[in-house]
Amino acid sequence: MTLTPGEVLVLAVLGGVGAAARYLVDDLVNRWWARGFPLATLCINVSGSFLIGLLAVTVGPGSSGTYAVWATGFCGGYTTFSTATVEAVRLAREGAVRQAVVAAGGTLVLCVAAVALGVLTGRLLG
Amino acid sequence: MRPTPALVLAVALGGAVGTTGRYAVTQLIGSAPLLPWATLVVNVTGAFLLGLLLERLARVGAETPRRRLARLGLGTGALGGFTTYSALALEVHDLVAASEVWLAAGYGIGTVCAGLLACLTGVALGARRDGARA
Repeated sequence: MTLTPGEVLVLAVLGGVGAAARYLVDDLVNRWWARGFPLATLCINVSGSFLIGLLAVTVGPGSSGTYAVWATGFCGGYTTFSTATVEAVRLAREGAVRQAVVAAGGTLVLCVAAVALGVLTGRLLG
Repeated sequence: MRPTPALVLAVALGGAVGTTGRYAVTQLIGSAPLLPWATLVVNVTGAFLLGLLLERLARVGAETPRRRLARLGLGTGALGGFTTYSALALEVHDLVAASEVWLAAGYGIGTVCAGLLACLTGVALGARRDGARA
């Protein structure tokens, strides 16, 4: 949907907040997770996917710009495909090809499952 | 290096720019009848650019405060915010819910594979330019 200029501004701010939150969560997880597997990015993408599923059934895409700014803005800025991909490539280049496949494939499966769980949670709450 | 207020701000500013860019691409491409092309385009492009950026930065030498700012503002912020996993996961979920299971699998796995290829291409390009300059 097309947003008003004001809504685009809110979208940008929420995207920035989402990205900053990702940076902080990444740091927090990596304080106690010292292994090579990119657990922090996985946690971020799974939690962001849960949130977008929840928003999709509670706020809904058909509604005003509220859904768009939170889903496209916050969830989109918080989750990241590029970092997840770079981390899988890093694992593969380090010779940990199996871990790379688990990271790339596992993220996709777990994120879709997290959306389904978010949708289910939203329906139970609503 | 732990996040400092300045680094968090750099990531937030980059994230705001990246998110707006993603929205602009979505508006430009529009919604296709079958496949969410916009998300595919931003994710594959972003994976290519992040691979290129991080490889370049890794090859120019040790991380200086300025390079760290570039890595976090442009990489973690802008390119991280430009790409999205939540939209990808929601779109795959919605395709499954619409009984388009094969399309869902093709879109999801296709995005991941195209992203990996694009990222590897970016990394290779970032590494090659290093050799050309040396």
